[in-house]
Amino acid sequence: MAWSRNKTGLVVLLAIGLVAPFVVYPIFLMKALCFALFACALNLLLGYAGLLSFGHAAFFGGAAYVTGYVMTVLNWPVEAGLLAGTVFGLVLGTVFGGLAIRRQGLYFTMVTLALAQMVFFLCLQIKATGGEDGLQGIPRGMLFGVLDLNEALNMYYLVFAIFLAGFFFIYRVVNSPFGNVLKAIRENEPRAISLGYNAERHKLVAFILSAGLAGLAGSTKAIVFQLASLTDVHWSMSGEVVLMTLVGGMGTLFGPVIGAVFVVSLDHLLAPFGSWFTVVMGVIFVACVLLFKKGIVGSLRWPPKPLRNDSGPDLPAASAGTPT
Amino acid sequence: MFEWLGITPQGLFGQILIGLINGSFYAILSLGLAIIFGLLNIVNFTHGAQYMMGAFVAWGAANYLGIGYWWSLLLAPLAVGVIGIVIETTLLRRLYQSDHIYGLLLTFGLALIIEGGFRQAFGISGERYEIPEQLQGATDLGFMVLPNYRAWVVLASVTLCLATWALIERTRLGAYLRAGTENPNLLRAFGVNVPLLVTLTYGFGAALAGFAGVLAAPIFQVNPTMGSNLLIVVFAVVVVGGLGSIIGSIVTGIGLGLVEGLTKVFYPEGSAVVIFVAMAIVLLLRPHGLFGKEK
Repeated sequence: MAWSRNKTGLVVLLAIGLVAPFVVYPIFLMKALCFALFACALNLLLGYAGLLSFGHAAFFGGAAYVTGYVMTVLNWPVEAGLLAGTVFGLVLGTVFGGLAIRRQGLYFTMVTLALAQMVFFLCLQIKATGGEDGLQGIPRGMLFGVLDLNEALNMYYLVFAIFLAGFFFIYRVVNSPFGNVLKAIRENEPRAISLGYNAERHKLVAFILSAGLAGLAGSTKAIVFQLASLTDVHWSMSGEVVLMTLVGGMGTLFGPVIGAVFVVSLDHLLAPFGSWFTVVMGVIFVACVLLFKKGIVGSLRWPPKPLRNDSGPDLPAASAGTPT
Repeated sequence: MFEWLGITPQGLFGQILIGLINGSFYAILSLGLAIIFGLLNIVNFTHGAQYMMGAFVAWGAANYLGIGYWWSLLLAPLAVGVIGIVIETTLLRRLYQSDHIYGLLLTFGLALIIEGGFRQAFGISGERYEIPEQLQGATDLGFMVLPNYRAWVVLASVTLCLATWALIERTRLGAYLRAGTENPNLLRAFGVNVPLLVTLTYGFGAALAGFAGVLAAPIFQVNPTMGSNLLIVVFAVVVVGGLGSIIGSIVTGIGLGLVEGLTKVFYPEGSAVVIFVAMAIVLLLRPHGLFGKEK
């Protein structure tokens, strides 16, 4: 049942994605898709492994810098640029993940945040990243030497293809035996360990995959906007992607996509109002946590489940388990 | 003696002093985080915003009401503490039965609201707050010139930390707090009003941050973003020290402040990241932190 619903969702997503650039401004769509992939990457870790990383901006923004650097300074082609960013995400994810999984729960979150802040300071200081200016004028180039990415539609369909590939990859990971063990660890780590699963290794692999996909999203973003800047590695970026996942629905396949579209739209609408965007983001955080823990997709399950009491909206004090 | 390193004694001791001052702030803030974490099981992301509010209350009191530094030192923590109590009773309280992640996300959201609101109201350029008359000037110690206000900050912070330690380890109220950290249900069965204790604890932790904010106001610029940047460093300090021990928080805070100060002398480029590197090393060698026990 769940499988067929996901299949319907995929078809709808594909149809919307193919038609969208003829209806909506392509740059906006590309931004939404980059963040959707970024949020899906975070969701792989947060929703399925139960690990809250507050440092994913390091992979996203760091990969943007790497892609920008190899394409502007070393003149690498666009495919190599994307690959370099993704590899950077994987490598940095191995290092950070290896350190962070040594601590549990809230400490894990603090470690990721602190390590990401270190990357921020490095990006601020190192000459290769252009300091406060960031890397500007990253060339989009020609895909496979034939497709001119300066054409908005070509660029859009490349971004859409990258997003779909990433999304499908996550879908396969989540529904694989590996994904099931991950969920088991999330639900009850000691039990998973007692069943003979190496929890640490599973968590680490999930972290690395998540970081690599975040890197891919960051690289794509750098090529779309032809810019890698300090905003991409700032902690508020990590917060933003957590919010996307939370709003859309943690642990749901489509939630992060919808959350990303929601937050990017909000960013677009509130852009003229300065810091109010930050305030509104904070309000949504608070509202989600208090009233709306399952997010948009988690709350809107269609077709509706027969057991109403299981899928109803969360009430703040509903701590005692639902009566059976 | 210092010539061979190309460092003047004034430079070295000056940086050590700055390290001590930063360390004092790390200590007070990680102390507050530790107390809140112990009883509420929440990593208080609003801590940085509460520190910033402390500084802004002092600045606002001076600018709009003509209230001086010394009164602010009392009023600002009180105000921030009361705001903390409101936050605890209206919002945080609803989440004690949920996953700890939600408490973190809620306080993060609150921090965004507060910081965004202050940025909207005051901009990001920062405001100046004058050093109080009594503490202006500097004392020549022979080997270095010590600005009086900075000496006061270190003295006040260490005193505050030790007083907090004594309050928790040596008083009846502190005993309740420690008991509540161990086993809140049992403490409740003994007739102690645990929800009230939790509220007061959060208020106290917030007040500590507010106090640190007032101390910091004349040294750093009073700026809406002053809290968030500091808080991330404090998180690294907390990971190094562990949240399990009060003395551990204080020692780690001041120690890492000194390490940072010394790095500024010998390798200035590394000073922004040295605490994070220290955190990574500690994670490799002692995964549970220097003083910590895994919760």
